[in-house]
Amino acid sequence: MHSKRNSLTVNQKHNLTGWIFLLPAALLIFAMNFYPMLQALFLSFQSGIGNKLSWGGLSNYARLLEDKVFWTSLINNFFYLLIQVPVMLILALILASLLNKKDLKFKGLFRTAIFLPCCTALVSYSIIFKTLFAYDGYINTILLNLGLISSRINWLGQVETAKIIIIIALIWRWTGYNMVFYLAGLQNIDESLYEAARIDGAGPIKAFFKITVPLLRPTILLTTIMSINGTLQLFDESVNLTGGGPANSTLTMSHYIYKVSFEYNPQFGYAAAMSYVIFILVALLSFIQMKVGDKR
Amino acid sequence: MRKLKNFGTYAFLTIVSFISIFPLYWMIAASTNNSTDILGGRLLPGSHLVTNLTNLLSQQNVGRAFGNSLFYSCILSILSLLVCSIAGYGFEIYHNKAKDTLMSILLLAMMVPFAATLIPLFKLFTGLHLQSTWIAYVLPTISTPFLIMLFRQSARSFPTEIIEAARIDGLSELKIFVTIFIPTMKSTYAAAMTVTFMNAWNNYLWPKVIMMSDTSQTMPMLVANLSVGYSIDYGVLMLGVLICSLPTGILFLILQKSFANGIVGAVKG
Repeated sequence: MHSKRNSLTVNQKHNLTGWIFLLPAALLIFAMNFYPMLQALFLSFQSGIGNKLSWGGLSNYARLLEDKVFWTSLINNFFYLLIQVPVMLILALILASLLNKKDLKFKGLFRTAIFLPCCTALVSYSIIFKTLFAYDGYINTILLNLGLISSRINWLGQVETAKIIIIIALIWRWTGYNMVFYLAGLQNIDESLYEAARIDGAGPIKAFFKITVPLLRPTILLTTIMSINGTLQLFDESVNLTGGGPANSTLTMSHYIYKVSFEYNPQFGYAAAMSYVIFILVALLSFIQMKVGDKR
Repeated sequence: MRKLKNFGTYAFLTIVSFISIFPLYWMIAASTNNSTDILGGRLLPGSHLVTNLTNLLSQQNVGRAFGNSLFYSCILSILSLLVCSIAGYGFEIYHNKAKDTLMSILLLAMMVPFAATLIPLFKLFTGLHLQSTWIAYVLPTISTPFLIMLFRQSARSFPTEIIEAARIDGLSELKIFVTIFIPTMKSTYAAAMTVTFMNAWNNYLWPKVIMMSDTSQTMPMLVANLSVGYSIDYGVLMLGVLICSLPTGILFLILQKSFANGIVGAVKG
């Protein structure tokens, strides 16, 4: 009897130790994520400028529907999402499976080279691309010298090209990062599976779709959610590469929220309402992803 | 046929590697040239590195911004690793239903976009008069669900026999974590360190909002300031961009091997 009670207290002691260990992290997440999130919800029902806020009900949300700039930024984010995320993830997956080949030489060299863009600060790479694609920048100079174009192209001054440059820059910066996750996942796939597939007469493309993709599904899901989340929150590139221009054509939602909060007369309530739209989109897309990812 | 196929692979990887490296090479070359040469399309390293450096240092307080960024990022990384690793360990080693539930609630924080917490956090820190302090810089991102999950996964592969044996030897629970778990999980810590330091160094939106005083300016803020204006000296700008990327670049090159191993451990789960 006595020993049983004793072991119970040891278990209780361990249980308590566990709680103490995880307490600081849990408290910080509640204080720095969940609580501000709740405050933002209240804030989104208040209207006014600066700290003079009054209850506005759903007026901020009604204003959202009318705000053309907000809709432009929302569409921009989805444009980036729909083009950049699939292209980048497919490219990363192809690169990872090529680098996973047993008989490939210079593996480490290729891997390092492709991962290297991730070492640049977000502000840094935005400025590098801005300078490279500037009107008097290197890309125009080299294209002119090669005779591929007859006059300089205003890459960042035109709506379509500015969007494409942002997408190119994003792919450049993040492909290697995602590749590392896939490379890590590929190491868990037994080489004999590919061996067996080869004996059965399956080509490398068939092996890719029948073995690599299904077995990497959890990693693909993880990188997809991370990328969607990241793309919906784009800020640095919009600010430093294009400044959101020309005519808001590259403006992202986070950039617009920043402008409404800190560049114009601060309208915190309206900004909070916009931030809730991002939150709902992120949550919704993650949820769909997880459902789809689970089913297959 | 087989040789031809491998040739394609090498060609593809070489092109992708070239595209990956070229902008970085261009940045380094540009930081040693003057504006005229850069705009003229010069690709070779030039002789203007010292001039650019002198100009950069006379225009901006690079030493202060670099020191600030380094200080904030180091503090944030160390605190983050400590808080999240012990939490991940706590969640896994002493897991029960209540803790598992709490973990899935904390994971929801992954979906909270920073833009949504930006204004309440801004009000909180300015209300406490903590704007422009390191506390404001680090506190919002010390604890992240991603890191807790990473360490929870790695604790899963940590053999329970070792813990049992250490308990019999009379080690306290905290001592087991500090003297046994931390040294064993070096590669997870290296991966976490790389990710955390990079995020901390790259942080831009939050510092732009909360680090209001000149004395608390960070390196990314300084570089962003360099790039606006009518007459931009590209040599000076690219040198600033290069200096801003050095710490994360060096850290990655040092921890590269452990980073990959740590991610393998985390993905394996």
